[in-house]
Amino acid sequence: MDCYFSDFLNDFVIFIGNAGCYPREVCNAQSGANFHLLTVFVLACFVGYYVIWKVTPALHAPLMSVTNAISSVIVVGAIFAATQSFCPQAKWCGFAAVVLVSINIFGGFMVTHRMLSMFRKK
Amino acid sequence: MIMNILYLIAAICFIFSLKGLSSPETAYYGNVCGIVGMFLAGCAAYLAVDVPFGTSDLWFSLVAIVIGGGVGITIAKSVSMTNLPQMVAGFHSLVGLAAVLVTFATYFAPEIFNIASVDGTIGKCSLLEMGIGAAIGAITFSGSVVAFLKLDGVYGGHNVSSAVNAFLASSVVSLITWFVISESIYALTLFTLFAFMLGFTLIAPVGGADMPVIVSMLNSYSGWATAGIGFTLQNDLLIIIGALVGASGAILSYVMCRGMNRSLCNVMFVSGANRTSKTYNVVSKSSNSYSFRAGAPEDAAFILKNAKSVIIVPGYGMATSQAQHSLKEFGDILKKNGTSVRYAIHPVAGRMPGHMNVLLAEAGIPYEDVFELDEINRDFASCDVAYVVGANDITNPATKNDPSSSIYGMPVLEVEKAKIVLFLKRSIGCGYAGVDNELFYSQNTMMLLGDAKKTTESIIKAL
Repeated sequence: MDCYFSDFLNDFVIFIGNAGCYPREVCNAQSGANFHLLTVFVLACFVGYYVIWKVTPALHAPLMSVTNAISSVIVVGAIFAATQSFCPQAKWCGFAAVVLVSINIFGGFMVTHRMLSMFRKK
Repeated sequence: MIMNILYLIAAICFIFSLKGLSSPETAYYGNVCGIVGMFLAGCAAYLAVDVPFGTSDLWFSLVAIVIGGGVGITIAKSVSMTNLPQMVAGFHSLVGLAAVLVTFATYFAPEIFNIASVDGTIGKCSLLEMGIGAAIGAITFSGSVVAFLKLDGVYGGHNVSSAVNAFLASSVVSLITWFVISESIYALTLFTLFAFMLGFTLIAPVGGADMPVIVSMLNSYSGWATAGIGFTLQNDLLIIIGALVGASGAILSYVMCRGMNRSLCNVMFVSGANRTSKTYNVVSKSSNSYSFRAGAPEDAAFILKNAKSVIIVPGYGMATSQAQHSLKEFGDILKKNGTSVRYAIHPVAGRMPGHMNVLLAEAGIPYEDVFELDEINRDFASCDVAYVVGANDITNPATKNDPSSSIYGMPVLEVEKAKIVLFLKRSIGCGYAGVDNELFYSQNTMMLLGDAKKTTESIIKAL
């Protein structure tokens, strides 16, 4: 009984890892990596859930601007595209993405800083 | 390896930056933590791409960072706290557009992200992830642009039938399917265009009073878009941050919806125009049958002089008239007089979560004097004066007494329980929800019509 259940679980896990994949051979190598990413994603959602509920409602505006700034960590992908590719389209897409996201990073942290300084002064 | 360790440290820094926001004292250091995290993430990216120093590629990307950084800092330094919601909405749109651009870059050059197989094609999983990332990014972009224009007052909104939304959503899904099967550039371009339109049609009909929900929802979307790109690039850091930001926006939307006693579906799909048109008739009827008591600032000053405790209720009207600074002065004078002064903030006051708190903090009003709805609502019964500055719907007793009202059931600040209510308002009209407020015609209410800042200043003079 146990054995059947674990087999079923195993299949299920492979199914999730392969979700949307066809043909299977192409995906098997990827499915392990994808499942790892899914694990990270789900756990991070839980971390987010507990951390965000602890944020005091008075600081919800700085929370929005700081999350906006940190979601710009997408700059990592943009830097890859801007520096590494030999394909001009990819390069210019990367360049534009780096510009946009830099506005966000500097602007987002700066405005959060301004807000939090206001809360700080007595 | 070093790069992965840097990613890990960056992720921890970001978690601490959010955790710091649990109190104003730690929040400041939290933000510093976030900046360190972002710096480390950038370093890790440069280590990973391993471009030799001095090459044109390196300069190319650094120039991009300098341009963006300069623009960002200029905007952030010049924006006023009243216009904060617009700025945040505008910034969300940039994340969305960047996600779309990164997806296109991935499509043109899959080999640099290690997602191309030997024959140069992209795996189906990766294609699906790209599709989802680009679609969410595109919706975030156009949705945020619409939100920005609405908050800025440039664009009023349109009614869009849900059939249009359904058609666009199903086209996006089927085009993504086509994209996964064919890996065609046409499919990628088409579904991105359709997703742009979907973002527009989703946000265009939403009413102005619901903007706090929309801004937080778009915040959440920008997180999911980041996570989507993280899946495409197989990058843990992007996924972690995407999940954190997504969770944050989702929780904020939930808090805002609870503040209005509505579901997210109701906010999104029951259009604002429909609701207001129904209530306009009621407004005209009730305005005729009641009269309100208008007062002069001197009368208000007299009442306030004799009050033992005052609770100030700010709303968006305070933000538009920039009354927070005179409000601070007003509070200081009352305190000198021996009156207890507190501030009551409704979760959906203003145009974004926590908007009022920032404005009060800007004026230098101490954090300890500012209370949330649940903390202070019981105290209205024992306070002498409720001083309502440019707020309306969040004090409307119809939410408790009138089941036919469109805002029935919304938790409100129970200002009517105070001995005297001083209502500062530009005109006697209805609020954003388009509902008349019976409080205006109540016995213990005194209306002080005019600009909130000027009225407060003349009360200060009279005091």
